[in-house]
Amino acid sequence: MGSILSLAWSSLMNRKGSALLTILAVALSVALFLGVDKARNGAREGFGATISGTDLIVGARSGQVNLLLYSVFRLGDATAEISWPTYEWLRDREDVDWTVPISLGDSHRGYRVMGTTRAYFDRYKYGDGQSLQLAEGHEFEDLFDAVIGAEIARSLGYELGKPLVLTHGLGRAGLQQHENRPFRVVGILEPTGTPVDRTIHVSLEAITAIHVGWETGTRNPMADTITEEMIRSFDLTPKTVTAAFVGLESRGSVLRTKREIDTHRREALLAIIPGVALAQLWEVTAVAERALLAVSLFVIAVGLVSILTSILTSLNERRREMSILRATGARPGHIFFLLVAEAGLLGMIGAVLGVAGVHVILAIAEPLLAARYGISLAGTGPGLVDFYTVLAVTGVSLAIGALPAWLAFRRSLADGLSVKL
Amino acid sequence: MKGSAIAIEGLRFAWTRDAPALLDINRFELARGERLFLRGPSGSGKSTLLGLIAGVLEPQAGQIEVLGHDMSALSSARRDRVRADHLGVIFQLFNLVPYLSVVSNVTLPVRFSKARRRAAGGDAGAEARRLLARLGLEDDEILSRRVMDLSVGQQQRVAAARALIGGPGLVIADEPTSALDADTRDRFIELLTDEARRSGAALLFVSHDAALAPHFDRGIDLADINASAHRLETA
Ligand SMILES: Nc1ncnc2c1ncn2[C@@H]1O[C@H](COP(=O)(O)OP(=O)(O)OP(=O)(O)O)[C@@H](O)[C@H]1O
Ligand SMILES: [Mg+2]
Repeated sequence: MGSILSLAWSSLMNRKGSALLTILAVALSVALFLGVDKARNGAREGFGATISGTDLIVGARSGQVNLLLYSVFRLGDATAEISWPTYEWLRDREDVDWTVPISLGDSHRGYRVMGTTRAYFDRYKYGDGQSLQLAEGHEFEDLFDAVIGAEIARSLGYELGKPLVLTHGLGRAGLQQHENRPFRVVGILEPTGTPVDRTIHVSLEAITAIHVGWETGTRNPMADTITEEMIRSFDLTPKTVTAAFVGLESRGSVLRTKREIDTHRREALLAIIPGVALAQLWEVTAVAERALLAVSLFVIAVGLVSILTSILTSLNERRREMSILRATGARPGHIFFLLVAEAGLLGMIGAVLGVAGVHVILAIAEPLLAARYGISLAGTGPGLVDFYTVLAVTGVSLAIGALPAWLAFRRSLADGLSVKL
Repeated sequence: MKGSAIAIEGLRFAWTRDAPALLDINRFELARGERLFLRGPSGSGKSTLLGLIAGVLEPQAGQIEVLGHDMSALSSARRDRVRADHLGVIFQLFNLVPYLSVVSNVTLPVRFSKARRRAAGGDAGAEARRLLARLGLEDDEILSRRVMDLSVGQQQRVAAARALIGGPGLVIADEPTSALDADTRDRFIELLTDEARRSGAALLFVSHDAALAPHFDRGIDLADINASAHRLETA
């Protein structure tokens, strides 16, 4: 059978052009399928690794997924905030071990600014419980200190001591600047592969401070007359925070605590368990994922049909070749195997190229995705899925090859030795 | 040597069940090592007869023995085996597999038959080159060409080398010279019969061209052995 395989190979090489096109069709379809699958799994793992060690996230009442997205992934906006007294009520609860309040809403050159407390650097955990590490400098101490994520430092080229001006709201640098209250970079975090890399961290008080004179939502013409010294002398306790990360004394009480927060009388609150909210997010996206996977499976089917087409169309012009092979001693089984092997080779080479292609694309896309969304496509290296895909595509190609093989087999019996062409 | 290269008795063959027999051959024999010329007009059933001898077609009745193997009693798989091991075939035209090199075309039978592989010796490629050289194809430039770029005469010689490789007991040639001019044709037949003699293979050469008969040990007319022939002619 080895010699038939080499015949099949020579025959494919003889039809390089059409064979390459067929292989390309299979490779593209396989790459699409695996790309969808890997993007899906990568996104899940990447998102899942973004937060750990936090039992509850509390915000104003909205959707679970919405709260998760804006508090952890810096995607979308909060529709409402929590008042400071309510935050204090939360913080002082018996069953609560620690809380980290966060305040979002400002930005700097497209990167989000987050006001928080220094506890954030101890309490925020990602991956399997890793803590944030400073690559350079220290946590914020002074009112106008800022600690920036690794991606910001890298892409904007910021170093310690760099002054930065925040933008009110999340737009690109525009008119609404807080240029009268410049910050200074005092710390740069190690890369984490999470949205932290794309966040500028300042103290909660700083967020209050830069909004002195902005109580109406836009800048009061008098704002500039308030000096820094005056601001420093104000009580800078925030009026509201956007959300709070919560660690409990005992994880066992998480459902009860959640219920009590959800039913808090004075303010409409929502407490989410990060894992549960993520699961809900995946439920939402699952429908689209399944549709995409189904589409990409159909595309693979099209690729496989192109194998069938290419062999079937070659069959007529190869009738003479088959009878030569028969005359020189090939049994009908050899003819059958020859065509099945050609189909299998096309499918296998296509699938292997598709797998290779998708990994090249992922290797290129990964840093781009990480930079854009702070999400690393974890766990997308070559794996069993790739192997099984190659196996399945090759198997189905072999099965598909059985049709032209059977036709050629039948014909080689009927043609006898004398094909009239 | 025991038996004959081909022995046919009481053979009847029709392409379809209801059609009158195309071939009805009471007796036909080809001795081992004999070179026979079989003449017959177009459509008389020469190619059909070769298909029967090669075991690709099955007769409705009668016996076909090839080198002592009773083809009509064998399963089709066993007939394939006999053909692979003992038969060389040359067609009228388009003998070569387009995607194989000249030498690979010659060594094709060796791929399918252990017996031929053994007979061709350890290096089938070298044996192929030796045969090609004997048939006048030794130029490396020619051997490295794509087979479709060879002249028809060269292609037929490659086909002859292929039919002869691994020392088959019987070579059947179906009008291999009908596309050649007279000089090339005569030279080809000389080479083919010489090589058949050298390797001891019997040669059954069919053609409609009676002028070729002098090149062979013996010549017969298909009409003389085929009882259906007269009926077909008068029909
Ligand atoms: N595959 C086939 N199915 C049905 N009839 C066939 C088939 N092959 C040949 N025939 C018929 O059998 C008869 C003999 O054909 P064959 O090819 O054996 O003749 P031939 O003597 O080799 O002729 P030529 O010299 O033209 O090659 C013809 O009438 C032909 O139509
Ligand atoms: Mg014929």
